[in-house]
Amino acid sequence: MSTADLDQKHPLDLESARIGVRKPEQRYDVQGDTPDEARVHAAMVNFVKDFGATAATYMESCIHCGQCAEACHFYVQTEDPRYTPIWKLEPFKQAYKREAGPFSLVYRLLGLKKKVTTAELKEWQELIYDSCTMCGRCTMICPMGIDIATLVGQARHGMFQAGIVPHELWSVAERAQREGSPLGATPSVFEERVEWMGDEHEVEMFIDKDKADVVLTMSSIEIQKYPESMAAIAKVMNHLGIDWTFRTDGYEATNFGLLSGNTAWQRDMSRKIVDAAKQCGAHTVILPECGHAYGALRWQAANLLGEKLPFRVLHVSEFLAEQVNSGRLKLRKVDKSATFHDPCQVSRRGGATQAPRDVLKALGVELREMENAGDYNWCCGGGGGVITIHRADPLRYKTFEIKMAQIDKTGAEVLLTSCSNCRQNFDDSQAHFHWDKTMHSLLELVADNLVEH
Amino acid sequence: MDLLEFARGPAMQWALILLVLGTCWRIAGIVFLKRKPDLSEPRSHGQMAGALRTIFSRSVPARAFRSRVLYSNLLGYTFHIGLAIVVFAYQPHILWFESILGFQWPALPNAVISVAAVVTLFSLVALLVKRLTSPVLRLISNFDDYFSWAVTVAPLVTGLMAVADVGFGLRYETLLAVHLLSVWLLFAWLPFGKLGHAFLVFLSRGTTGALFARRGART
Repeated sequence: MSTADLDQKHPLDLESARIGVRKPEQRYDVQGDTPDEARVHAAMVNFVKDFGATAATYMESCIHCGQCAEACHFYVQTEDPRYTPIWKLEPFKQAYKREAGPFSLVYRLLGLKKKVTTAELKEWQELIYDSCTMCGRCTMICPMGIDIATLVGQARHGMFQAGIVPHELWSVAERAQREGSPLGATPSVFEERVEWMGDEHEVEMFIDKDKADVVLTMSSIEIQKYPESMAAIAKVMNHLGIDWTFRTDGYEATNFGLLSGNTAWQRDMSRKIVDAAKQCGAHTVILPECGHAYGALRWQAANLLGEKLPFRVLHVSEFLAEQVNSGRLKLRKVDKSATFHDPCQVSRRGGATQAPRDVLKALGVELREMENAGDYNWCCGGGGGVITIHRADPLRYKTFEIKMAQIDKTGAEVLLTSCSNCRQNFDDSQAHFHWDKTMHSLLELVADNLVEH
Repeated sequence: MDLLEFARGPAMQWALILLVLGTCWRIAGIVFLKRKPDLSEPRSHGQMAGALRTIFSRSVPARAFRSRVLYSNLLGYTFHIGLAIVVFAYQPHILWFESILGFQWPALPNAVISVAAVVTLFSLVALLVKRLTSPVLRLISNFDDYFSWAVTVAPLVTGLMAVADVGFGLRYETLLAVHLLSVWLLFAWLPFGKLGHAFLVFLSRGTTGALFARRGART
């Protein structure tokens, strides 16, 4: 399919602190011209499609205690009860009880749960997309242990099929599906930028090697906004003498299929990386500094593709920690104090909370942890695709105030994270608040402090 | 058949049948749904341990959240413990359990039971007030929440009335029958609404505990 219309349809803005689709003059938050009835049907069918015992357990278990609100940055900062995490699923809970639960027959016969309407779904769009980063902090507070973040992800599947997705999120997802990257980092742009970084930083780059032990992937935010991270990872790999390559047929780790709720696109996006890695016989795929890319490939890809992956999947912070812990990677001491912002999908929801801390230890920084750092960390507010949605900006800035206060309290000199989406949210919010602190990449700090053999 | 005979006979039988069948039906309706194998490479194989750990650990809110949910947690604990004392440590209740289970256990003094019942009642009222005044709780509450509250409170109130023999002119036998019927209502409703958390809590905490343990993540 031609991609010529994309620039007109979804024009990109690559100049701002937050890159993405330019603020639309007119929003089209409802896609296509499907009749209302069919939309609701599609939403619910796709919501329950991959609905197994796990989701049903969660749907049955809520006791309406409201504690999840107290864990959610959107509620805590606004005190708007609609931002109570479990309320974000209300139409879906209603539909589940009516259509799929153990007592659905009773509910239907007695008319106890009404049918969900398109108007409701449209109203809930803001709750499912603008005000949820799927950071899963609510999952940690729920006394019933309900994983609300996963349910929101499933609700998004329904919303996408109903064609009720926020305009910009849908735009970048469509771009990603049609030209291989949500932010215009097409294979040729990627190749150009890899070469540019190679020249600029005098680091040898490998691209499209037939065989390699390790395939490196990037997020489009890095390719377009923080290209130094491509040089940084290459420098570390060359330093370690690892046989690696980038692949133009599988480089984009960002997965807007996942964020927007299109499972088929999510699978296609993961498949590119999986196929590329298989083709060059890689034993490891390293994911970039990107949170949801980790969730997509590390935990979901095998299940979507229906096969075990024949290689290891590591987040770059896990890879660095392994190298540091085994003594292969020696780093110069950085004589500064630093604080680390945990990307939710890597730490809390990914289980790799310790990895960046091992790297920081090797860097010899004085680590000043924020309150509740690690598994209970406050989300930056920009994840889950929220940062792409322009109308969500005021809400996103409001939630970011938590982060600023937390970081200021540590008094740390250096701010570090290992997620370029968090980093981009920090950059954009820094500009918005005229804040005096800038977020940096853990990987780039490592690459700047390699001890030469 | 007078009211007390009805309460002690068919009403009790039907309530117990509903309790057992309803519970089985609801659990079966969940656990027999498809369960796809997880093909991702686990970081840890301690899923069973993770499930068990989370079933216990989630009983206390994590330190990060404690101050924000202290009030409702204290009230929640108070009424759950209070109810347990009243239900399981009152001599006449123990005799009823013996008639079903065939064995008994020591009771607590009646004065302790009365205090527990009154404290439980007050904490349940305080929780209802919170539900009615907190914007979050008002928004997310539905019929189930209020009805479940009422069927939990009713046996406490009728029980206290029967013990104190304050029946506003009603005979003790009638008071006792009303108390029994209110308990059977609680039994009959338990599997169908939110009170089902009595058994669902193990399923849902365990599910998340196992899933997160697989990823090596904390729950």
